[in-house]
Amino acid sequence: MSTRTIAGQKNLQDIRTGSKDGIGGSPLRPDGTLKVKGEFAYSSDLWHEDMLWGMALRSPHPRANILSVDISEALKLPGVYAVLTHEDIPGTKFYGLEIQDQPALAIDKVRYHGEAIAIVAADHPETARRAVKKIKVEYEVLTPITTEEQCLNPEVYGYVHEPHEFKSHGSGNICHSQKLVHGGGVTDEIRALADVIVSGDYEVGMQDQAFLGPESGLAVPAEDGGMDLYVATQWLHVDRQQVAPVLGIPEEKLRLTLAGVGGAFGGREDLSMQIHACLLAQRTGKPVKIVYARDESFFGHVHRHPAKMYYEHGATRDGKLVYADARIVLDGGAYASASPAVVGNAASLGHGPYNIPNVRMEAIALYSNNPSCGAMRGFGAVQACFGYETQMDKLAAELGMDPVELRQLNAMAEGDSMPTGQVIDSPAPVAELLQRVKDMPLPPPLDLTNLDVRTLPGALSNTTHGEGVVRGIGYSVGIKNVGFSEGFDDYSTARVRLEVIGGEPVAMVHTAMAEVGQGGITVHAQIARTELGVEQVTIHPANTEVGSAGSTSASRQTYMTGGAVKYAAEAVAQALIAKGRKRYGWTHNDLSLNGGKVVSESAGVLVSMVDLLGDDAIDLTREHHHRPTVPFDKETGQGFGHVQYTFCANRAVVDVDVELGLVKVVELTAAQDVGKALNPLSVVGQIQGGCTQALGLAVMEEIIVKDGKVRNASFTDYLIPTILDVPPIPVDVLELPDPNAPYGLRGVGEAPTVSATPSIVAAIRAATGLALNRVPVRPEHLTGTL
Amino acid sequence: MRVTFTANGKPVEADDVWEGESLLYVLRERVGLPGSKNACEQGECGSCTVYLDDVPVCSCLVAAGQVQDREVRTVEGLADESGLDPVQQAFIDAGAVQCGFCTPGLLVQTHDLLEREPQPSDTDIREALSGNLCRCTGYEKIMDAVRLASARKCQKVGTSE
Repeated sequence: MSTRTIAGQKNLQDIRTGSKDGIGGSPLRPDGTLKVKGEFAYSSDLWHEDMLWGMALRSPHPRANILSVDISEALKLPGVYAVLTHEDIPGTKFYGLEIQDQPALAIDKVRYHGEAIAIVAADHPETARRAVKKIKVEYEVLTPITTEEQCLNPEVYGYVHEPHEFKSHGSGNICHSQKLVHGGGVTDEIRALADVIVSGDYEVGMQDQAFLGPESGLAVPAEDGGMDLYVATQWLHVDRQQVAPVLGIPEEKLRLTLAGVGGAFGGREDLSMQIHACLLAQRTGKPVKIVYARDESFFGHVHRHPAKMYYEHGATRDGKLVYADARIVLDGGAYASASPAVVGNAASLGHGPYNIPNVRMEAIALYSNNPSCGAMRGFGAVQACFGYETQMDKLAAELGMDPVELRQLNAMAEGDSMPTGQVIDSPAPVAELLQRVKDMPLPPPLDLTNLDVRTLPGALSNTTHGEGVVRGIGYSVGIKNVGFSEGFDDYSTARVRLEVIGGEPVAMVHTAMAEVGQGGITVHAQIARTELGVEQVTIHPANTEVGSAGSTSASRQTYMTGGAVKYAAEAVAQALIAKGRKRYGWTHNDLSLNGGKVVSESAGVLVSMVDLLGDDAIDLTREHHHRPTVPFDKETGQGFGHVQYTFCANRAVVDVDVELGLVKVVELTAAQDVGKALNPLSVVGQIQGGCTQALGLAVMEEIIVKDGKVRNASFTDYLIPTILDVPPIPVDVLELPDPNAPYGLRGVGEAPTVSATPSIVAAIRAATGLALNRVPVRPEHLTGTL
Repeated sequence: MRVTFTANGKPVEADDVWEGESLLYVLRERVGLPGSKNACEQGECGSCTVYLDDVPVCSCLVAAGQVQDREVRTVEGLADESGLDPVQQAFIDAGAVQCGFCTPGLLVQTHDLLEREPQPSDTDIREALSGNLCRCTGYEKIMDAVRLASARKCQKVGTSE
């Protein structure tokens, strides 16, 4: 890892080196040993005496009226304890992250293939499965509304939600829209200023988060009439906020505890089995566990919005961008989920990390009878990046310029303004990141005389011995925001307790942060060590007994909840020092905690923390609110909308079997500025994992939807990259501190997922000479057999 | 039906097993060994990989009745009294564990690879682990972990000789 700071700025990395396992080190995960021993309790591993298994009946139709539901035969099956429909819901019947438009169980109609209609609790999962099959539903099947043309003409094709049903941000079948105009916008006069104009229509398929741990959890009815829910989620408090009203109980009677989470990537931001398990537990008075099978998982969570995009760029002969125009149409599917925020991202980030004097943009999300789409790693910035980066390559070709040089010529930097008018007030090393991936050594050239077929396109299938294989190289760079935007106060809470246990000072960190695999708990312990000068840190289980930690999404947790832990630990340190001042009358103003002691820079060790604390505990809770943002103006898109920006650049090297249309990514290089790497091992792991999901989108991953029906809800048919598909991923990490962020850090997880896809497609274009305006690129796109 | 077999060296017995149950279900829900994971239950992801009579299998694809009187070794059986298996320790040390859901299957598959081939090439590793999906790491740290485990195991053998 390379580390550098901007001249004249304080090097935040040099401060506080008291503990080797503090920030900047790479101590091992506290849950690592449990995980390698098979003893870590994931949500699907939970067990309770007398527990029942819950299961849902899901619609086989994307759009239909429900004429009747007959549960009588299902109820007769021995071992069945309850069968519920929407009529059995005691509280409100709708929920949703931003717009409460989704029924907990379908009411009179279904709007997507896989929508839950009824739920069953039984003593064995097979009994539940059989009971589900015995529920008789009479449908009036309707023609689904699935295309942009159909969605935008509701008077002809119908409404996904009737206009009177609820209030959305849009109208008709438009869920949300955002326009943006910057400079002079895009007019004939502006167009006339450009020497060269390139344009294109681009398309991104529907990607799935495909976390390995299926949606699951256990609801246990409590004696006080409330409910304890153990669940794999990304945000405990917003789950509670959505579930409690449906159960008809006050929020404080619904207690959530995080169960082990097997990955998330945005797919657990919405509810899945939470309400269903609780309703069944409430009705039967017994604990109820629900575990989705993989096919149900594909139906049970939202996906990445598929996008259709038009981009147009004008530039001068020497490569300076003059204007950019874009329209991005996102298919949000049946229910809103996070569509409004995804639209905001697509519109505000959709022209990339470039200085463009004149900009126009319109982004919309549609309601349709396709599967619902919402949060997935990259969140609206991924789709756009494929559009604008393809355009950059097209423009470079048109101008006869090097594609990296063209990007660098137009790259934004600190002090420049986004098209939203927001000035970037921390490092934005876009040109440097590109230079770094360009300067990395290339892998050895394809050597046909000495090959291992396993390393070629087709790999173990042994489809080529090198004949027809052509190499290509491509570049890209992308921009992503960190944290929730547009006026949202996604604060985080942390509680830190310091006391003496077994003769040693021990810190306990308690937050509601969802550890989904990213390593947040490792970082929390590092922060506590650094701030409190202790070695021993315990992490309290995440639950709703402490305040919200916001969502594990938007690359925000280290920034937000890590920040909260920092501030709570600082408060504890100050309280301990104040205690010492009171007891010993210290007048030094150079006190800190280090190595289990209170230390004065001038006078040395003053007292051990053990002696100062005695039998007392210091237990303090702090909230961390990021700087305020504002919603973008609906028509102009102007506003200080984002908390922080993050950038990643990639270089992809690919081998393409041009006869069979098979692609082997040979190497995928990344350079990213992370501000400050709190845990370098985890930072690199995040970047490599993020690049790999981008590789999946580039050449493999798509949920195939035909007439509203999902055709590949399994890992047999929805392919995610295996270890044979993924190449070495060299990572170059820059650390240019952001003065606005805790420790100067910058969110890490999403930027590589935004930026890496277009580099791979650019490399395939370089190898084949094909236009490739759609991802994922499939063999038939390369062989012309489509 | 009743199924009796050996799990991690100990005799186990499961009663009232439905004929359609998989070995994975019996391990996870009936004999208290939930370490093997249920990510796809159709043999695509490898997260349920266990040894069946010393051969790695996807336990979701093995009918419970097929293990009668046979030996099963799961992720819970890799460590012994002296501590973690070198493969387990290497996965922790190399940062190959993020969410960890793929880890149990990868550990068993890697354990088997290094038993058969103590010093695999990178391509050998990729081939051997190509049936185990991981969604978090991008596999780079997993490659590091296998190389590390291989080096440590060879060193250990070298020292004891």
